[in-house]
Amino acid sequence: MVKAPRMQARITLEDVAALARGCAVLGTGGGGDVRPGAIAARRAIREHGEVPLVSLDDLPADALVLPLSGIGAPTVSHEMIHGEDEPVRIAEEIERILGRPPAAVMSSEIGGGNGVAPVAWAARLGLPLLDADAMGRAFPEVQMVSMYVAGIPANLVVMADVAGNVVTIRPIDGLWSERIARAVCVAAGSSALMADYVLTARECAGAVIEGTVSRAIAVGRATEGAADPLAALTAELGAVRLLTGKLADLDRRTTGGFARGTATVEGTGDDRGRTLTLEIQNENLVALEDGRVRAMVPDLITVVDTQTATAVQTEALRYGQRVTVLAWPCDPLWRTPKGLETAGPRAFGYDLDYLPVEKIA
Amino acid sequence: MSMSLRVGIDVGGTNTDAVVLDDDDRVLATAKRPTSPDVTEGLRAALDAVLAGLPDPRLVTRVMLGTTHATNAILERRALGRVAVLRLGAPATTSVPPLSEWPDDLRDTVAAGTAIVRGGYFVDGSEIAPLDEDAVRKFVAGTPADAIAVTGVFSPASADQENRVAEIIQAEIGDVPVSLSHEIGSLGLLERENAAVLNAALYGVARDVTAALREALASRGLEVETYFAQNDGTLMAVGYAARYPVLTIGSGPANSLRGAAYLSGVADAIVADVGGTSTDLGVLVGGFPRESAAAVEIGGVATNFRMPDILSIALGGGTIVGAEPRSVGYRIGAEALVFGGSTPTMTDAAVAAGRGVVGTHPVPGEWSERLARAVRAADEAVADAVDRVALGRADRPLVAVGGGAFLLAERVPGAREVIRPEHAEVANAVGAAIALASGRIETIVPAAGGGSARARLIDNAKEEAAARAVAAGADPESVQIVELSEIPLSYLPEPAVRLHVKAAGPLARPAG
Repeated sequence: MVKAPRMQARITLEDVAALARGCAVLGTGGGGDVRPGAIAARRAIREHGEVPLVSLDDLPADALVLPLSGIGAPTVSHEMIHGEDEPVRIAEEIERILGRPPAAVMSSEIGGGNGVAPVAWAARLGLPLLDADAMGRAFPEVQMVSMYVAGIPANLVVMADVAGNVVTIRPIDGLWSERIARAVCVAAGSSALMADYVLTARECAGAVIEGTVSRAIAVGRATEGAADPLAALTAELGAVRLLTGKLADLDRRTTGGFARGTATVEGTGDDRGRTLTLEIQNENLVALEDGRVRAMVPDLITVVDTQTATAVQTEALRYGQRVTVLAWPCDPLWRTPKGLETAGPRAFGYDLDYLPVEKIA
Repeated sequence: MSMSLRVGIDVGGTNTDAVVLDDDDRVLATAKRPTSPDVTEGLRAALDAVLAGLPDPRLVTRVMLGTTHATNAILERRALGRVAVLRLGAPATTSVPPLSEWPDDLRDTVAAGTAIVRGGYFVDGSEIAPLDEDAVRKFVAGTPADAIAVTGVFSPASADQENRVAEIIQAEIGDVPVSLSHEIGSLGLLERENAAVLNAALYGVARDVTAALREALASRGLEVETYFAQNDGTLMAVGYAARYPVLTIGSGPANSLRGAAYLSGVADAIVADVGGTSTDLGVLVGGFPRESAAAVEIGGVATNFRMPDILSIALGGGTIVGAEPRSVGYRIGAEALVFGGSTPTMTDAAVAAGRGVVGTHPVPGEWSERLARAVRAADEAVADAVDRVALGRADRPLVAVGGGAFLLAERVPGAREVIRPEHAEVANAVGAAIALASGRIETIVPAAGGGSARARLIDNAKEEAAARAVAAGADPESVQIVELSEIPLSYLPEPAVRLHVKAAGPLARPAG
């Protein structure tokens, strides 16, 4: 049995906008558009009611946690929107295989659209949302999750598509999981809902990043009505302001399915005369000034509009935008040897030894 | 050959402007009148004023109107039709039903009923489900409405199901107007659906404004062809505009850009239209407005049809120095210092800086320092805005138009030169009178290397764009493809691009 959730812990209609803003900030430039997820979340709350937000302590040790994410091509999911029942079909299949129903939904990736949409999926399933995720940010690859770092086996993947098909994969490891799931996604029209790393609340301890949903909401709330939104956001994140300036150059290349690129921000005002370069692969991965690294993955680097402190996603970067680049520390899990091996600078092809942002910024 | 004249009218937020052009596009007469709350009165006043300047108004053969009727109808939730909203996509898309994010009052005004029936396509053109024709019949028969909007998943790439629904509606309930989403918007289901529903809701507004214009012209003895300006700066014949009224939204900035191109003779330029409360900056590419990539919100509803890419800054002739972005607006003739008033405005600042001669009074000396500071700040804001819209290119001229164009400095950083064409104050009405009609299409085709299917699909798209331009009023003999762009789509198994084609040509000669 689920213990009674704490009083204030419900995601309301009003929370969705703040959650979406916060998820965009935690997306570090990637993670997909937050708007479609926010629309689905608001609709689902109106239809099915507010979504309880629970912590691991609220769940019995053997309760099943269902990590959900949408995968596929953004252009497709923007046009061929999910049906209502995909999460239901996944939950039923999990129950059939594991012998009991999921007790809570979890976001696999709090950064970007997959941080917001789980509210809709939880509402549809009538389940609470676990206040946690598997990244604490956005990452481009399926194995870049905390469960992988913690050594949880990736031996069950369940996918559902818009046509009503359900596919169960019993992969031998995370790489096969990624390979087969991608193929299924393509066959399903390049958009699908996926559950992987289904685990118990007991297994979650140390294998998920806790508190990230409420953190995203707090990050989104910080700028609401603030006289100085940028200062409010910087304080809430505990971030270092790397540079304020204008976007002076943008070099985009699409290779291997990733939107790679380099963005150059020229300092203005107090930062005049300085230049910051961002290396981008879907997400902002490395920030350099005069050849010196000032922040690097897995620490978080986000470009925000200087006036409104709204996150600017990689695809929305345009010459001339007035932006500020913020950087702040990732979850300690990513700073472990296995964490850095999975999602450190070398995992993205940068020949850099990781140094924490608070030491080098 | 007898002389024939054209009248261009542009309804703006503050003023309604009218011009008369001859066959050689010379400006023969201009007029500026305040825009009335009902729009139509101001339109009549501007028309009368400009016709009064002609020796023989019967030489007018065409009238082109750029108007805010449609925008106002949506913003004010007035005169909108009731729309039956049909989506083809189940079992996909049910997580967000139609009109989910609409403001309640607009949804209550417009929605006659909504349904999601089985149908729609995958990205590769195969069907998500066969079209549920029985469900379509049942919905349209059971949902009385002024118009029907039909939106199918991936219809911009695969339009057969939407076209089939139009046939079913015709057979089932006859002559109710139908708005098919693939004719209106591009990829992005909810935004395209919203645009199709707004389009359907505006059919009555289009009928009313057409009738009002015809009545105004008839009562002045004019038997002319009438056209509406659309948001890319070209025209639509009345019959075409009646089917796509939503495309009139955004025609104002497009008109001023096209007018600036015409008056200056420059096809690639930055245009600054300085009005009473704001300056709108846009970019001309090959004589047409550069279009925005971002979604456009109208009356609280996100849509995705193409609109000019405009950056507005709070700088106008009536902008109050020290209280920006507030403006004295139409009261400038009483309140500005140069008119003997007591409110320092940007007009006063520009006069004090020697940029123009305006008004009836000298600028009192005690203001000079503050006004000089305001001019410096305004120049910086303009330079900043020019840099933003120019995307790093500093080799193009800046064409200054609008009633407040004298506010701009002789030289603007980021622009090669500043061009101030004659009649710049009515550039938007001139833009409305420019006799080009266009048609656009957007679809998905395989990326380069995609073989013969790609070439055939691109040819089809060109033909369809040209056919749409002809339907909008262009001369079939001289329609040309003026734009063809490809945007790569990421993460797809087979590389594909979003193809955008635009065709345009001079208007066909009026019949008779």
